[in-house]
Amino acid sequence: MSTTTTTTISSGHEGTIRDQVKNYFVRVKSGEMGALPSVISLIFLTALFASLNPYFLTKLNFANLLVQSATLMMLSMALVFVILIAEIDLSAGVTSGLSMAFFIILTNKAGWDWRVSILAGFVVGFVVGSFIGFFVAKVGVPSFVVTLGLFLGFQGLQLALLGDGGIYRVEVPELKSIMNDNMPQWAGWLMLGIFLTLTLLINFYDRMRRKKSNLPNRPLILLFIKLGVMAGLGAGCVSILNVNRSLSAIAIAGVPIVMPFAITILFVGTLVLDRTRFGRHLYAVGGNPEAARRAGIKVPKIRMSAFIICSMLSVVAGIFNASRIGTVEATAGKSMVLSGVAAAVVGGVSLFGGRGRLAHAAVGAVVISIIDNGLGLLGLPAGINFLVTGGVLILAATVDAVSRKRAGATK
Amino acid sequence: MDTPVIELQNVIKSFGPVDVLQGINFKAYAGRVTALVGDNGAGKSTLIKGLAGVQSYDSGVVKFEGNEVHLNSARQAAALGIEVVYQDLALCENLDIVQNMFLGREEMTGMTLDEPHMEFEATQTLAGLKIRTVKSVRQKVASLSGGQRQTVAIARSVLRKAKLVILDEPTAALGVAQTEQVLNLVRRLADSGVAVIIISHNLQDVFKVCDDISVLYLGKMVAHLKATETNHLDVVGYITGTKSMEQA
Repeated sequence: MSTTTTTTISSGHEGTIRDQVKNYFVRVKSGEMGALPSVISLIFLTALFASLNPYFLTKLNFANLLVQSATLMMLSMALVFVILIAEIDLSAGVTSGLSMAFFIILTNKAGWDWRVSILAGFVVGFVVGSFIGFFVAKVGVPSFVVTLGLFLGFQGLQLALLGDGGIYRVEVPELKSIMNDNMPQWAGWLMLGIFLTLTLLINFYDRMRRKKSNLPNRPLILLFIKLGVMAGLGAGCVSILNVNRSLSAIAIAGVPIVMPFAITILFVGTLVLDRTRFGRHLYAVGGNPEAARRAGIKVPKIRMSAFIICSMLSVVAGIFNASRIGTVEATAGKSMVLSGVAAAVVGGVSLFGGRGRLAHAAVGAVVISIIDNGLGLLGLPAGINFLVTGGVLILAATVDAVSRKRAGATK
Repeated sequence: MDTPVIELQNVIKSFGPVDVLQGINFKAYAGRVTALVGDNGAGKSTLIKGLAGVQSYDSGVVKFEGNEVHLNSARQAAALGIEVVYQDLALCENLDIVQNMFLGREEMTGMTLDEPHMEFEATQTLAGLKIRTVKSVRQKVASLSGGQRQTVAIARSVLRKAKLVILDEPTAALGVAQTEQVLNLVRRLADSGVAVIIISHNLQDVFKVCDDISVLYLGKMVAHLKATETNHLDVVGYITGTKSMEQA
């Protein structure tokens, strides 16, 4: 019992900043790279496009880029939940479209209150997710096949609902403003303040609890550096967005309204994945389903939940998309899903399951959007865009596979 | 002698026309390491699966600490304090040591995981077993060697306060030094009052660590031996069927 204090087993929290930095590099070398490759490519791509086109780094384009990437960000974050358990949802894009088809029919044709129609959209997401989950988890059909079937089927359903070539205008100003309007200047700062404070509080709570259990804490300065970087980047973004970016006489300024929604989902989702039993079990099922089962985890239930969450978050992506375009049509969401998968993988979420975070998918979505946006500004033919995005996806998947080998994983 | 932790009486299991277990009698005692040996197809795995609750026996009596029990699910077995450390280990490589040791039994504070407490308990358990080969409890299992993984799997059963730990080929994939470490750990585990059953093909290991040896031959328990009163050659004889003795 006297071994309590002389134990030689560490927790990774010991040591000075120097040790911590050294540990970090050891982890990166052993294949735990996380978002590092995507952050590097983010910086590289920004520099590349900025040097090729002077318009790329303007305030207006920056805001455009954020709004453009918001839909993809939501969709790729949705997909993280199924990719983490080594499954795939190819129907996530059309699910977002289908839910919006229901929404627009109910609102525009049936005259329902738009809030109720939105709820109906989420119900559609829930039903779709349960459907996929049932076939994958209970029946044992590969998710690739089930969701490919739905990918085709839902396109038909969208056509049936909206009519051939049917296109409906979104008449709800509240909904349209999500992607098209901005918050007042002060609200942007308030949002940044709230998220920074929450992060700080959570970290201090963790440190306090570790101290209570007599466990070492990482150097406090490390936390302040991390928060400082977050605050710096956040403040940079907010202040750029708060300046008038309009090219005409009507001023456009402020953080787009979509940002607090997207960040809240990222924040809450991350808490769920990192700090709840469900999140832990999701990672376990992704890492080794057999081990999870033997540990008493109800694997089918976890799989069902993952598909339901994915489909419900896809509905959010659908709302963002409808808000941005201002219309709902039969082909909505069809082309998005592969970009969503690409974004998650580029961000460092492993297709083999069990590794990756929501923030990775978010960064990946920005990378994919930058490629899209930057190539578009260069006026290159659209074919180039597909080629580059596809190439980046294969590259990212290769990095994933190679780093897995490095980490000594054999399965 | 005191009551065995686990006792099997006349256990039978068949798969269709194949009688895999033909009336097995078996005992394992607290504080002792019991080896279960036998050639491939002798019925070792079937016997163990029954104890783990994964696959129940057709008939026969199972007594746990003297009371008759029915092991119909892994959960039931675990609730009694029976833990199986499988050959393929059943660890999640993408999770760290603490997360693996508490997998499926996470400690909570309210809605969220109580990480500090779990980390503390895991560290204490590893320290209590005098495990020094593991550098950090927050290491991912993917970065551990085979012996270290075996260590984590065994430590997990200790953490769960198991009364009976069943080890399936614990040293099969290990080098000499790691085998030594794992066997020492098994000995310490038994010394702490746990009943340990080891399934092994490696008689050298068996004699190094075991107190009792039970030999299965084609679905029948052909010998119960004390490690100190028998030798390598005898055991091989029972395993291959060239030697036999009336049901012990």
